[in-house]
Amino acid sequence: MNNYTISGSPHVHSTENTRKIMYRVILALIPALLVALYYFGWYALRLTLVTVITCMLTEWLIQMFLIKGPITINDGSAALTGLLLAFNVPANLPVWMAIVGSVVAIGIGKMAFGGLGKNPFNPALVGRVFMLVSFPTAMTTWPQVQPIFSKGFFADAVTGPTPLGILKESGAETLSQLDNMQFLDMVLGNRGGAFGEICAIALLLGAIYLICRKVIDIATPLSILLTVFVFTGIFYLIDPIHYIAPWYHIVYGGLILGAFFMATDMVTTPMTTKGKILFGFGVGAITVVIRLWGAYPEGVSFAILIMNAFTPLINKAFKPQVFGTVKPSKQ
Amino acid sequence: MNPIKTFKKGGVHPEENKFSADQPIQDFPMPKQIIVPLGQCLGAPADCIVNKGDRVLTGQLIGTAKGFVSANVHSPATGTVAKIDVVMDHTGYYKPAVFIDREEQDEWAPGIIVTDELLTDIKLDGKAIIDKVKECGIVGMGGATFPTHVKMMVPEGKKAEYVIINAAECEPYLTCDYRLLLEKTQEFLMGVKIVMKGVGTEHGIIGIETNKMPAIELLEKTIKAHPERYAGIEVQPLKTKYPQGGEKQIIKAITGREVPSGKLPIETGCVVVNVASTFAIYEAVQKNKPLIERIVTVTGKSIKKPSNFRCRFGVPADLLIEAAGGLPEDITDVINGGPMMGKSVSVTSFPTMKGTSGILLMTLRDAQDRRQTNCIRCGRCAKACPMGLQPFLLHKVAKLNDFDETEKNHIMDCIECGSCEYTCPANIPLLDYIRYGKAKTGAIIKARNQK
Amino acid sequence: MSHTLLISLIVLGVLGAVLAVVLYIVAQKFKVEENPLIDEAEACLPGANCGGCGFAGCRALAEACVKQAAEKGNIDGLACPGTDMGKVAAVLGLTAAAFEPKIAVVRCNGSCQNSPAKVHYEGADICAFASTLYAGKGGCSKGCMGLGDCVKKCNFGALHIDKETGLPVVDPDKCVGCGVCARTCPRGIIEIRPRGKNDRRIYVCCSNTDKGALVVKNCSAGCIGCQKCLKECPFGAIEMKGNLAYIDPAKCKTCGKCAKVCPRGAIHTVNFPTPKPKAEQPAEAPKVELEKPVTA
Repeated sequence: MNNYTISGSPHVHSTENTRKIMYRVILALIPALLVALYYFGWYALRLTLVTVITCMLTEWLIQMFLIKGPITINDGSAALTGLLLAFNVPANLPVWMAIVGSVVAIGIGKMAFGGLGKNPFNPALVGRVFMLVSFPTAMTTWPQVQPIFSKGFFADAVTGPTPLGILKESGAETLSQLDNMQFLDMVLGNRGGAFGEICAIALLLGAIYLICRKVIDIATPLSILLTVFVFTGIFYLIDPIHYIAPWYHIVYGGLILGAFFMATDMVTTPMTTKGKILFGFGVGAITVVIRLWGAYPEGVSFAILIMNAFTPLINKAFKPQVFGTVKPSKQ
Repeated sequence: MNPIKTFKKGGVHPEENKFSADQPIQDFPMPKQIIVPLGQCLGAPADCIVNKGDRVLTGQLIGTAKGFVSANVHSPATGTVAKIDVVMDHTGYYKPAVFIDREEQDEWAPGIIVTDELLTDIKLDGKAIIDKVKECGIVGMGGATFPTHVKMMVPEGKKAEYVIINAAECEPYLTCDYRLLLEKTQEFLMGVKIVMKGVGTEHGIIGIETNKMPAIELLEKTIKAHPERYAGIEVQPLKTKYPQGGEKQIIKAITGREVPSGKLPIETGCVVVNVASTFAIYEAVQKNKPLIERIVTVTGKSIKKPSNFRCRFGVPADLLIEAAGGLPEDITDVINGGPMMGKSVSVTSFPTMKGTSGILLMTLRDAQDRRQTNCIRCGRCAKACPMGLQPFLLHKVAKLNDFDETEKNHIMDCIECGSCEYTCPANIPLLDYIRYGKAKTGAIIKARNQK
Repeated sequence: MSHTLLISLIVLGVLGAVLAVVLYIVAQKFKVEENPLIDEAEACLPGANCGGCGFAGCRALAEACVKQAAEKGNIDGLACPGTDMGKVAAVLGLTAAAFEPKIAVVRCNGSCQNSPAKVHYEGADICAFASTLYAGKGGCSKGCMGLGDCVKKCNFGALHIDKETGLPVVDPDKCVGCGVCARTCPRGIIEIRPRGKNDRRIYVCCSNTDKGALVVKNCSAGCIGCQKCLKECPFGAIEMKGNLAYIDPAKCKTCGKCAKVCPRGAIHTVNFPTPKPKAEQPAEAPKVELEKPVTA
């Protein structure tokens, strides 16, 4: 007799799985990684390898010896956390700091809550913020971009300011006078900053791929970018001397990276479209508040982490409309 | 052609795989012995009214309906009752059944018209039609096997505005309704007229998914050729999307009305009847022929001859599989019905019944990675749910046996279409848990209402 | 300075006094009259509020005991894992007979060996759900599904699924006979039986009421309803429920004769001496018991 499988319906399933989703996001980050390698050379490669390997190793060790459960490091989520963490820190960060950050990201940000799908906060951002408050100097000393063709792959890093750093310290007038702070340079990545966030074009390329493959929903990033644009736009209209134009705010700092790759993390963000829009609005508003009046030049990671905490509440508030429960108001 | 309509909320689009769409219906030769289960509908099994050794005629009543939601069972063949015993149904449970040793020649019970002639004159009135439907044991043949006469009885104070014929056949693989529409077009349309007369309305709408264009064209052509005879019948093309053929979804798609939560479709003035049931109603009312046969699709990716058989009830399913080219080597899963809502089969010797719309042979899950991982809260299940539920949440609370919470989150509105589980990237058996929760919650609500 | 001190002292003192009066009035007004037995019963319990009994805490269990004792005259099915419930019974004025130590027995022996799998199951690990999909791995529609609904429900960790046989196993040291597993099992396989004298029990390890021929098809250890045990039993303790023998623990004198005649080995004995090696000493024990009638 044949050994048939008994299972509840449905008996067919879509070919989607968690692994595919994670690897697609990693694939979407590749263009930005290449740009980073081009601008930061050896440092970028070193940092990426360190964070990715440490993240995967931490997850493996915890699953092997602490949880003693199934090993799931192949699902790509740990590698993705490592990659995103690397994208969010200066390329010339000392190796040991990167290791500490990765261990915190996976150990405290993810595994302490029970692993994939159970963490309330984006693990990569937990790692980043931990490093930012622990090693403030190292985390805000940004290497200047120097294309590998001009200085070579292993060239020493030269540190310099980021646009948002200049804005915070010297004000909008200084920023607009600097000639290498042109919009085109910003978009192409020819500027200072964390290594993954510099090139908006490369990031958008990946984002478009993700949207086309339906891995991420456009609602969250759109809502974030629109909120930032409108808020900073209002201030720009009021006082164009002290506030920079909203389109600069969009491309400066980690907004594109955060909006498309961190705020769309399925685990830590709301599920319904309405919830996503509210989440995006919150992230955008908090980012602008920190950028304009906060102590830090950049606030995307704080904004996302704060809104992560609100996700369960938003999920509760914005439930989908159950079929047949519309009140017959028309009749 | 009318503009294409669809339901808006949720839905998925699985591979259609309608391999047997071009296979004409073949009459399936009957074996020596047939096994007729007495419980062939959703409700209580019928009471057996024949004894061992009795000679029964084809179409003779052998089991009478017990209770309100129940249907009569008729003998699908002429022969002697060998025994009244139990037989394993597709689940492997033993169910009462009548074993009939068949005679070579069909001898029809008196009063049944056996000719193929199309009878266009509806002699019975509304009430008599419903009585006839009840007498002939007709049930919803899409798979749910809900007695049709119960559906057609419009309660006091309600009015049926539309008869909706559910020809969506949104289940992948299955083609039995499609073939019936192509080959018995006129009879089917007469059936629609009869249902319209039965429930007392002038409007009949046939909802068909656009992946069945030949059927849509043929139906429209036939209606146009006989405008008098088929007055009031409309063909409504629907977008190919699962679960377009869900009762609530098809009403929403066609009329734009939503069946209120916890209420019956008649609240929206609609009576929804399946294609095969419509044809059976034609045969019952015009020819006095009880429900003793149906079209069964036997299909699968690796089967040699995907086929549509006209098969009397009680024929063991393995004979049908044999006729379709035998059981291929790589089969891991045999399904009674379609892949989205059908049931796994434990033994292939189960007898075909009123609800057996298809026998589907599945290969090794098409080499998919089916390992279960943690929920990543992607919300795809909620997006796919045509009822606007949150399957991930229902799964969680059902697992925790928190049945207050399942009820609050409308678990009873789940139509068990399986869209959530189909779409889940973490391969969580969402629907298993939801069904469990639904059964438990339903029992709690029932107990509470009895107090 | 001292002025300020005085004012705050007076204000706080008056406030405290007023609130105390309010509290007293409220406490008097909303006083709940409770059966003093509950307090006494609670005193017998450990007070750890572990929830192991299936109630919210020790007091909830004490309340349940008092209620059941008043309604039914016993405290069967209510048990604390850490206490001798006999004490509670005594407090409630029940005789010792009202509390008889009980244990869960699994009445299915359709192990992977006795009832080999014909299909395999993929899906939610819930017996109650799986049993709506199919009859069972081995084909027996009355047998154990082996997915462990009982294991999950047990508050005492007294059940586990044996990997070899695929059946649940009761740990006699941990089981208190609370009956949660018996109520959970969708097929009613688990029965709560008295532990028996000297912890010795005998029961039919099968729940299948189908005809013998159907049982044999699926399982090599199921009861086929041949009634040999019925004829063998000198005490009339065995009755037939459909095609299934049932040993009434109230009448059974644990002589073990039925187990010997069962052609299917479906009658299981627990803590009986192994017959061959030590025939002398332990064989005495059951005979001694026979002299003392067991109060029903």
